[in-house]
Amino acid sequence: MKLDGKIPEGPLDQKWTKYKNSVRLVNPSNKRNIEVIVVGTGLAGSSAAASLAEMGYKVKAFCFQDSPRRAHSIAAQGGINAAKNYMNDGDSTYRLFYDTIKGGDYRAREANVHRLAEVSASIIDQCVAQGVPFARDYGGLLDNRSFGGTQVSRTFYAKGQTGQQLLLGAYSALSRQIGKGSVKLYNRHEMMDLVIVDGKARGIIARNMVTGEIESHSGHAVVLCTGGYGNVFFLSTNAMGSNVTAAWRAHRKGAAFANACFTQIHPTCIPVSGDHQSKLTLMSESLRNDGRIWVPLHKEDAEAIRAKKLKPTDLPEERRDYYLERRYPAFGNLVPRDVASRAAKERCDAGFGVNATGEAVYLDFASAIMRYGKTAATVQGVHNATEDQIRELGTKVVEGKYGNLFQMYEQIVAENPYKTPMMIYPAVHYTMGGLWVDYELMTTVTGCYACGEANFSDHGANRLGASALMQGLADGYFVLPYTIGNYLADEIGTGAISTKTPEFVEAEKAVRERLEGLFKTTGTETVDTYHKKLGKIIWDYCGMARNKQGLEFAISEIRKIREEFYKNVKVPGGMTGVNTELEKATRVADFIELGELMCLDALERNESCGGHFREEFQTEDGEALRVDETFSYVAAWEFTGDPSAPKMNKEDLIYENIKVQQRSYK
Amino acid sequence: MSNGNMNLTLKVWRQSNSTAAGKMETYQLGGVSPDMSFLEMIDMLNEQIIRKGEDAIAFDHDCREGICGMCSMFINGEAHGPNRGVTTCQLHMRSFKDGDTIYIEPWRAEGFPVVKDLMVDRAAFDRIIQSGGFVSVNTSGRTMDANAIPIPKDDADKAFDAATCIGCGACVATCPNSSAMLFVSAKVSQFALLPQGHPERKERVTNMVKQMDEEGFGNCSNIGACEVQCPKNISIENIARMNREYFSAAVKPEN
Repeated sequence: MKLDGKIPEGPLDQKWTKYKNSVRLVNPSNKRNIEVIVVGTGLAGSSAAASLAEMGYKVKAFCFQDSPRRAHSIAAQGGINAAKNYMNDGDSTYRLFYDTIKGGDYRAREANVHRLAEVSASIIDQCVAQGVPFARDYGGLLDNRSFGGTQVSRTFYAKGQTGQQLLLGAYSALSRQIGKGSVKLYNRHEMMDLVIVDGKARGIIARNMVTGEIESHSGHAVVLCTGGYGNVFFLSTNAMGSNVTAAWRAHRKGAAFANACFTQIHPTCIPVSGDHQSKLTLMSESLRNDGRIWVPLHKEDAEAIRAKKLKPTDLPEERRDYYLERRYPAFGNLVPRDVASRAAKERCDAGFGVNATGEAVYLDFASAIMRYGKTAATVQGVHNATEDQIRELGTKVVEGKYGNLFQMYEQIVAENPYKTPMMIYPAVHYTMGGLWVDYELMTTVTGCYACGEANFSDHGANRLGASALMQGLADGYFVLPYTIGNYLADEIGTGAISTKTPEFVEAEKAVRERLEGLFKTTGTETVDTYHKKLGKIIWDYCGMARNKQGLEFAISEIRKIREEFYKNVKVPGGMTGVNTELEKATRVADFIELGELMCLDALERNESCGGHFREEFQTEDGEALRVDETFSYVAAWEFTGDPSAPKMNKEDLIYENIKVQQRSYK
Repeated sequence: MSNGNMNLTLKVWRQSNSTAAGKMETYQLGGVSPDMSFLEMIDMLNEQIIRKGEDAIAFDHDCREGICGMCSMFINGEAHGPNRGVTTCQLHMRSFKDGDTIYIEPWRAEGFPVVKDLMVDRAAFDRIIQSGGFVSVNTSGRTMDANAIPIPKDDADKAFDAATCIGCGACVATCPNSSAMLFVSAKVSQFALLPQGHPERKERVTNMVKQMDEEGFGNCSNIGACEVQCPKNISIENIARMNREYFSAAVKPEN
């Protein structure tokens, strides 16, 4: 396999402009005869499908949910970055580019990231024009807040529901095209395989999740906007349905899978409370604008808190350890996610954790409430305000900023976070790894593209907060619509693609046999049992900290799980009609194979970088130790037919515009 | 770790497909922890059902944090159960008592046919949005700067509040008339409150109301149950605003 990033020549800040000026175009009358399949309707998928249809292509959009509006982008909370510099705090395209490369621990491609920073401002313009109700200040202009890993305020937001508002914007654009007949929507359809004809992606096999039918759909190109694979861990902040199957099936058909071990463990999630839990809930990173993270300074206090003999609010300041502020004075509570997560794990492993399981730290809003309260009292002319009055005023301000998050917390934990600090712990949230793509977002399968979280391209080994929404919309609105033309320009004479060819017939047959096989066991165990087993192994050995011995053990365990799964899984019902257990089983089968690849990838990368922390490679003070001479590359894995023996291909990362250095947030 | 100590009797609507007749089935479930979410309790029931070799209860769910709008259960006669301002996935078993009998049904409305068990087809909502729930702006990267038109904070906040609708359909399920007015008015209001929505406001409200009626949703008779049961606390002020929009579109079609 030859990896060609297709990065345009020329200076970094002119590559994209030059590319756009010279890329081939498809004229309007030809676009009408070209069909594009878009799988997934999150930010990347909805925006891509809508934009391509506006341009004149015929689009087929697929989602497994009942409506495109339900894709998991909807759950993104905190915000979206854009280099607008509305705050006059020194932001620029270059700074956003630089922060993203540095935040990714120097494992992302310069040209892609710069392009992302360039188009970021247009995203905000586009969304406002669509009627997305971003937060505004009293002058009527857009408000911004800060996120981790930056020293400017460049994050646009809509309370704690930014993802919802952006997705509904993209969904409305998509709906407009569906209403016009330019997009045909296939809801409750799940992609089961990619179909390749003469070396080009020409369609997909999908399962109609209502009737159970296995269907063939053809197109001149296939765009996968199918999100990340965090659910491989079973417990994650992903939606229950989020899965890797579309990407994994493309991988098995020849698309390289890159940096599989780069997963993001988000520092501020509601801790695990018991075995019954089906998912974990994020508390937005935006809370770190105002929340201060701490654990007790003394172990005996931590023990007393765990035994419920002491309340956190009773612990005086001098007996608290605000460990992020202590270790990273320059960035404080706003260090990047990988750093914050590791620091929480370090404190909890050392015995300072604060809930019954010992795996939680505090996120405390008391000082923010008093600070805001004082300002509000001054503004409202309340003289000699009492402490209670100040607290009440401050609580209102905090409620206005994060109300829905506090409510979510209270629902789950049954504690009032305005009055007692939140308990949080890191949880799996995002996957930086994904399908390898070139500058044009094409995978190693000709005509098959990957956008949004499904690709690997922009976040290196750690994504900064509020950059996922930016990337999803950048790919779908402003990148793919240009780059796909360069390929489709060759397709104007192809004509309609038949689904009656042997390639489609065989792919359909293989899918049917694969699914029918799942009913043939005489097994007794539920799908979830295997998913939980797999998730625990990956969390324990390929989670926040990894080492050689653990990864080797995990690989052997995952192989056992795979074997046992096919012998002993119990899938009730049949092929026809709604069968939710069959859906889960097909997804878990692919997660098992992916899990092994993650461990193989982590084992191969003998360094620590971003979210990939190999215990053997750390600095004296416990920070990630990169080994740039050897590992400044993208690991793009090729499927060989045996999930246990993938072949690694390297794309060297070349930094011409940024000085690669040890990351420091001190 | 939480201890599972609740025993429940669950009466669940089972219907194998959209044309089959359905009925309530009774299940006993023990070892339920008060810290479980309602859907985690259903997961537990399903594990028990699957181990017996029977077909799992089909229900819609996805994000399990109250934002995707997919979960949709009618619990003891209330959409999303007894608590206000939450979806089914955010409802926890601590809201029930040991020994309780819980009735679980799908949304029931002409506009939302049952797909299977507790799963319904809400594509009618998508079709209403397709008829006008958008601003007609193509992707270009050449729209005006986002700060070119200042929007009063109050208008922006109200537009946002309306826009937080998750499209779950609880309003329809709750309304004795199966009216979709709260859902439709939330989208109409969002755009009516923002300058970006103004050029198309008349066609928008006219087309969306027309589509709403064609989908078989009933009329609004100002009962207000929709607002009470809405998991996102969408206000019925939006319905009043939509009525104004609708009348002004009808009265002055040329202006």
